[in-house]
Amino acid sequence: MSMIVLKPGMLSTFQDLGRFGQQHLGVSVAGAMDQRAHRLANVLVGNDPALATLEITLIGPTLRFTKPCCLALCGADLSATLNGQPLVLNRPIVVRAKDELSFGVRQHGTRAYLAVHGGFALEPVLGSTSTYLRSAMGGWHGRALRRDDEIPLLRPLKNKGLEDLAMDLWSLKIYLPAALSEPRQTYVRLIKGQQWDEFTPESCAALLTEPYRISPDSERMGYRLQGASLLMTTPRQMISEGTTFGTIQVPAGGQPIILMADRQTTGGYPKMAYVASVDLPRLAQVGPGDIVSFKAISLEQAQALDLTRAKAFATLADALQPVRNLLLNH
Amino acid sequence: MAFIYRSLMHRMIAPTFTLRHLGDRCLSLDFGDTILAETGLICLAVAEKIREARLSGVSDVVPSYTSVAVHYEADPQTGVPNFRTLSEGLTALIQAGISPAERASRTIEIPVCYGGEHGPDLGEVARVTGLSEQDVIQMHCAPGSMVFMLGFAPGHPYIGIHDPLFALPRREVPRTVVPAGSVAIANRQSTIYPTRLPGGWHILGATPLKLFDLTRPQPTLLLPGDHIRFVPISSAEFDQLAAQHSQGQV
Repeated sequence: MSMIVLKPGMLSTFQDLGRFGQQHLGVSVAGAMDQRAHRLANVLVGNDPALATLEITLIGPTLRFTKPCCLALCGADLSATLNGQPLVLNRPIVVRAKDELSFGVRQHGTRAYLAVHGGFALEPVLGSTSTYLRSAMGGWHGRALRRDDEIPLLRPLKNKGLEDLAMDLWSLKIYLPAALSEPRQTYVRLIKGQQWDEFTPESCAALLTEPYRISPDSERMGYRLQGASLLMTTPRQMISEGTTFGTIQVPAGGQPIILMADRQTTGGYPKMAYVASVDLPRLAQVGPGDIVSFKAISLEQAQALDLTRAKAFATLADALQPVRNLLLNH
Repeated sequence: MAFIYRSLMHRMIAPTFTLRHLGDRCLSLDFGDTILAETGLICLAVAEKIREARLSGVSDVVPSYTSVAVHYEADPQTGVPNFRTLSEGLTALIQAGISPAERASRTIEIPVCYGGEHGPDLGEVARVTGLSEQDVIQMHCAPGSMVFMLGFAPGHPYIGIHDPLFALPRREVPRTVVPAGSVAIANRQSTIYPTRLPGGWHILGATPLKLFDLTRPQPTLLLPGDHIRFVPISSAEFDQLAAQHSQGQV
């Protein structure tokens, strides 16, 4: 009752909502880069959003299931196929024993999330199953998947009644609330930080009007942006302090870095702004070479948008009660 | 240093601070803009008080030298905490008073083999400070050091605040690899590298202790607020202790 890795893909790691409560010990939060797609995949297979999903990056793995199970794939469209047939995203799908899930060309997005009903059998480390590669911590032995790994599934499905279950799940109407659908806008919203006014007026204008390119060395720890330089009117040394997912920090060179899921817990660069949490999933889906632009909103607006999305997830979880019933009664 | 700790004994204070957002899921309480032992102690005490209050929606409380970052997320049903409600709650909590010196704090001895292969920068630090190597070691081992924060990597401590003579800027060209256990100074602080990491601090020596070990119930050797006593050991003692640690005898 496991998932066998035939090909590992570029970077496939297990991630959950993050390793919270340890940042004062220097332990990074990690967790899914795109929390929206991660949560969605979980809720579509009747899971708690805190369970780990497999975060798949750009080039997907090839996976074989030894027992039937129910999975959902959300986030990037990496041309997933099940036994060679295109796999529908954002739906619970029943797979049979020996089925093979594989991936092809990137259509859009950077990270796909694979959830399996009941979850993967992973050992929590400091309260989380997220993989933190720099410390070889969590997930599957603290590392990305490799060929021949066999990850046990906690709740495979029985063969008896499997076809009926597949039909019942397939005939369910699933509507994603607008707040949870793929983000369509081309810009990323940010909140100005306290040090915003210490940057030159030209720099402030540039960040809100100029395009920035995601540099090739961007990864789970941070995105380096290439574009108009951002300079402080009077450069000064900062005292290290706590960092957050989405902090836009500006080293002396003037090219900003956005701190992402694997960020260090503290940092001492000037911080110009913070990406609104509601748009972090969009940022998680852009990749090296892509262009982003920014738009400022207020803290109150950002918190209202974040809350709207959280409420939409609660509503969706209620609406998907029939999915949970079907899977739990199987 | 020791004098500062004593002078704050048994004194409840309500420190002044400012509040600022660090994005929509974190706020910072700022207690000053200079690295001072007194400010650091206030941050430690405030962080502890917030953690003990177990505020709903708060996930992480991260003290640093001059501020305390509080990470939070609103409950979808109630919509709180948000920046405004959490600011109010934290302000009330701090105005009720904190006692920075009454924190129960441990004293941890850190054996350090100074100089030689373990401390490639000891000679340079002696030259720049105008001290003998022995004096540098003695000054580094002086009592009064404390862990003010952990950051940069799991279990990576920022220990201070040393004599002004140790106010050295970081190396102009950081090393790409610093061995685990290296004890290094910069800007009147010490750090100990928990694992092989890049680093630009001046390496005085190394400790055989493991700073971060997931097999221990408390994986970090040090916690914010611990008093630190560096103790010089010989190269032979280092090897002996290192062997014991790798066999899990300590």
